[in-house]
Amino acid sequence: MIRLEPRKEMSKHLLYLTPVMAVALTIVLGMVMFLILGKNPVRAITIIFVTPLTDLFTISEMIVKATPLILIGIGLSFGFRAGVWNIGAEGQFTIGALVGGALPALYPVEGFWVLPVMCLAGIIGGMAWAAIPAFLRTKFNANEILVTLMLTYVAVLLLSVLIHGPLKDPAGLNFPESRLFNESATLPTLIPETRAHVGFLVAILAVIVAWVLLARHVFGYQVKVMGQSPKAVSFGGFVEHKVIWVCLMISGGLAGLAGTFEAAGPVGQLVPALPVGYGFTAIIVAFLGRLSPVGILLAGFVMALTYIGGEAAQIEMNLPSAVTGVFQGMFLFSLLGIDVLARFRIRSTGRALVGAGE
Amino acid sequence: MTDIPLLDLSGITKRFPGVVANDDVAFSILPGEVHALFGENGAGKSTLVKIIYGVQRPDEGEMLFEGKPFAPAKPSEARAMGIGMVFQHFSLFEALTVADNVALGMNKGAVGSDLDKQIVEVSEAYGLTLDPTRYISSLSVGERQRVEIIRCLLQNPRLLIMDEPTSVLTPQEVEILFQTLRKLSSEGCSILYISHKLKEIRELCEKATVLRGGKVVATCDPRQETAKSLAEMMIGTSLTFAERQEQDLGGDRLVVSNLTTVSNDPFGVDIRDVSFRVRAGEILGIGGVAGNGQVELMEALIGECITAAGSIRIDGEAVGTMGPTARRERGMCSVPEERLGHGAVPDMSLWENTILSARTRKGMENNGFLNLQIAQDFADQVVAKFNVKTAGIGHAAKSLSGGNLQKFIVGREILQAPTVLVIMQPTWGVDAAAAADIHRALQDMAAGGAAILVISQDLEELMAISTNFAVIAEGRLSEPKPTGSQAIEEIGLLMGGVQDSSGGVDEGAPA
Repeated sequence: MIRLEPRKEMSKHLLYLTPVMAVALTIVLGMVMFLILGKNPVRAITIIFVTPLTDLFTISEMIVKATPLILIGIGLSFGFRAGVWNIGAEGQFTIGALVGGALPALYPVEGFWVLPVMCLAGIIGGMAWAAIPAFLRTKFNANEILVTLMLTYVAVLLLSVLIHGPLKDPAGLNFPESRLFNESATLPTLIPETRAHVGFLVAILAVIVAWVLLARHVFGYQVKVMGQSPKAVSFGGFVEHKVIWVCLMISGGLAGLAGTFEAAGPVGQLVPALPVGYGFTAIIVAFLGRLSPVGILLAGFVMALTYIGGEAAQIEMNLPSAVTGVFQGMFLFSLLGIDVLARFRIRSTGRALVGAGE
Repeated sequence: MTDIPLLDLSGITKRFPGVVANDDVAFSILPGEVHALFGENGAGKSTLVKIIYGVQRPDEGEMLFEGKPFAPAKPSEARAMGIGMVFQHFSLFEALTVADNVALGMNKGAVGSDLDKQIVEVSEAYGLTLDPTRYISSLSVGERQRVEIIRCLLQNPRLLIMDEPTSVLTPQEVEILFQTLRKLSSEGCSILYISHKLKEIRELCEKATVLRGGKVVATCDPRQETAKSLAEMMIGTSLTFAERQEQDLGGDRLVVSNLTTVSNDPFGVDIRDVSFRVRAGEILGIGGVAGNGQVELMEALIGECITAAGSIRIDGEAVGTMGPTARRERGMCSVPEERLGHGAVPDMSLWENTILSARTRKGMENNGFLNLQIAQDFADQVVAKFNVKTAGIGHAAKSLSGGNLQKFIVGREILQAPTVLVIMQPTWGVDAAAAADIHRALQDMAAGGAAILVISQDLEELMAISTNFAVIAEGRLSEPKPTGSQAIEEIGLLMGGVQDSSGGVDEGAPA
């Protein structure tokens, strides 16, 4: 029989080493997979993980993908530390895009104030969507995992309904999409001729603010206490319901902002296919980044790389599009597996008995 | 005397990273002997019994059980040899019945077909009344311990190991336990009794092995020793006990009037119409059997549970609706019963744990931002002042031994110089020297004008330090009386829930 035995205090180095090991293990597993598929594993890995880093355009595309992942991942990390499991960031992202993009979709007005209003609306939209699970959890003790997840499907369908209805482009030949956002409603780009937009700077800002909150602010402290021993929360003079609300408002707000950025940036309009899974991938980003702001920044780029590299592999090696998803799944799996091994040691109890006789 | 020892240990050594828990330990237990193993916190008692019970294996040395080599790799092997153990922290499932829990802790094959009947028979034979169909969650701490003991007894043990069994019991319960142990011993079962309560050891045990720093420092017959000489063997130096100082009491600091709460917990206790006051310079001791509303009273007093505004006043100000932080601002600090998980966050470092309760009074928080330097300095101060044994304030709270963590938490609150201190089980799990230090610190605080409320199950402790004394039973508080003015029988009755202000003992008011 195999048994897991807890190790003593886990070292800080190991804590940051395990995500790196997980990336390495994922690459090894990926090579095995390509071997079985009959593809050249070295070439496939090179295309996915190395080639994208050698070209300015693909790097800019990584920034495009990493921006929502980092923003959402940062938001989720507070709740995940506190034991508030918002796994419906995809829904808050969708509502954020919908509410933030409603203005240019309905009224193509001009003005410097348009983008800030859109961003604010997107944040409020995401928060409102996250307020539903917050209310249900604090009032009726409803499980936020289920509520947030189910609301994701509601949000995606709501977006679809509205784009087929009132938000549809009047001059769009009845296609289910909104009108293209005008200049005032489009995010300025960071690098000319690319889609990388200023939302990335906001993501960096979120990383810095999150770091300060976690390391130096009493709110970050509350979040840590609540995640580690809920009973100590009230002893410390904190209120559990407040922490739940604030965590869900932060994750909902940042996901909503990311949604608005997506609509006002790379997509440039509202389409039913706007939610492509950033809200779910960001969960992996948060954990791969050890729920620490800087870690999430790095993990956001690693995950973005799997998107870009996966696309390149599809085109160049005729691989199925599932490659990206498979890699993301393997990341989470390897990370969780290595974490277990870092915290516990495996002992076969059969052998222990033999040892006793020596 | 007549035959070979039941258990004989020689040269037992166990090392952990950075510390030698047991160093060349040797002693033996005769059949039917009640053998005490005692020493202060961290002396290596727990490690040693874990080795005997097969939880841990020694690095060196050997054990003989009835003259034959004995090296259990896991507890079930020790149990198969007839060794039973009652741990300090019970391992019971609250959602299961007594019988289910007993069955879970026994070796396969040892569970008979009619377990319920066996439990009743054994419990009656040893005077430990217990209903096998009750759920653990509805049992008091003392009853839970009985479940653990009966689980051992059902397996006809040759050696019963008891780890600090009396720390949670009332005097009456202790007496019943001792009768049970004596009966067992007269039937030939050896008992290894771990404790640092000197009085008990002298009363119960016929032989004692004293551990200090992992080594055996003395073997004696405790009945021939005085409490003082035993204590000195244990800590290796001379002891000075805190003496109660009589002094004038000042004005009211903490006033509780008609405090009533309704517990959310289905197994919780409602506080019913409790009134008392604690004056400056006073230490009010509240005794009682665990589970009679102590935790609920504590939560209401320190603000974890909100009550009617005027039911609790600090220095005249109504604070019933304020949370813990606002009460700390007004001078009230507290030490909850549960150290790990309530009074301290297990995975956080010691200095991070000072932020939990000391950030307001120590000025660690400024507009929500934390000054980590103050927290670290304060943690250093607590560690130095209260002699907390730790490799550094960066280590996690859970890495400290129970007694050391208790010293840290008590120190964290006392060094905030509160004007009102509510403290539960102040010396739970700490050794005699540290307990004396904590008692002295509490008395110094009172002498400095603070009002102190001590809630404890250790009657001796309450009698030693408190100015006035009251008993909580079923959520009601008896009228506080000067300590020492009540006979021990009267206190025992109060603890049993018999309250009568008129003094007629038999007319206990029905609820």
